[in-house]
Amino acid sequence: MGDPMKIRAALMGDETEVKVLMSHEMETGQRKDGKGQLIPAWFIQNVTVTWKDKTVLAAQWGTAVSKNPFLSFRFKGGAKGDKVTVTWVDNRGDRRTDEATIA
Amino acid sequence: MKAVLGCVALLAMGIAPALAAQSSTTDEIAKYRAALQDGNPAELWEARGEGIWKAPRGPKRASLERCDLGLGPGVVKGAYARLPRYFADADRVQDLESRLVWCMTTLQGLTAAEALKNRFGNGSGARSDLEALAAYVSSESQGAKMDVPLAHPKEIEAYRIGEKLFYYRGGTHDFACATCHGEEGKRIRLQDLPDLTTPEGARAAYTTWPAYRVSQGEVRTFEWRLYDCFRQQRFPELVFGSDAAIALTVFLARNANGAPFAAPAIKR
Repeated sequence: MGDPMKIRAALMGDETEVKVLMSHEMETGQRKDGKGQLIPAWFIQNVTVTWKDKTVLAAQWGTAVSKNPFLSFRFKGGAKGDKVTVTWVDNRGDRRTDEATIA
Repeated sequence: MKAVLGCVALLAMGIAPALAAQSSTTDEIAKYRAALQDGNPAELWEARGEGIWKAPRGPKRASLERCDLGLGPGVVKGAYARLPRYFADADRVQDLESRLVWCMTTLQGLTAAEALKNRFGNGSGARSDLEALAAYVSSESQGAKMDVPLAHPKEIEAYRIGEKLFYYRGGTHDFACATCHGEEGKRIRLQDLPDLTTPEGARAAYTTWPAYRVSQGEVRTFEWRLYDCFRQQRFPELVFGSDAAIALTVFLARNANGAPFAAPAIKR
């Protein structure tokens, strides 16, 4: 289980803007360590964001996404006080879920 | 003769677009930084640092919440903008990092070696507690005016030594800090270098450290900045928390006085 995410969700008219900062190494599998050994790939593979049991974003990520990724998007709907839940699963099967309240 | 003139004309034409390209590249880098500032991963270090600050650690199972950063035990708000300063209990001028090491050894009972282990994170497994703590403590000074004291004789002495070090030429390249940072418009590759001899330059530079370095995936502190400058100058290794490191920090921090503190920032 990784470190906590930083999530902000704000109502913008009839849309909700969600900003997520995730803590993850995002190893590409192409780098070598000090001894010349390949560092195995380790990256977030799936990201799901739900609001009221509805999936508002589902993403498949690869190794081209940076370390400690930042994700920002908007979806239609949402109201102040609603919860937005973000889950990531990496290629080792590790996962992390955090939630934020729409402000 | 005609051929020579032609060459000169060509050269002149070549230079103008190059200069334009340079400034537009700088603008693009500024845009890149602005875009990243909104999801600055330094926030992850701040959160981790706050956890470390409040957690009971070391043989004495004490947290750092009794650590005096200059404004009284446990006061973090605004503390970074007033550092380095003289501390009577340690009888020396300390910057944030050396003060944290002091608190870890005196309050928590850690040895200096334990406190200094992983002083710089390596970009993957070995994470630095000091970098996380610095991110947290400095974030609590965001917006505070830089107000580094220069009253105690040891503070004045440190400032003078720092100034000397800044202009001291040495090493295999006969370099001083001032070689790169004493003139307007210098750069290393595409990175514009601040002129630290002007108040504007010192303010812009000092108030944006610590910073998340995208290329390294780590939050770096001012101690690291100086350490790496010394490496780039081919100087002997700058010892972490040494009098030399602190003296240079006093000199640069004091020159930034009056500017609103803006770190943790984000840099290339």
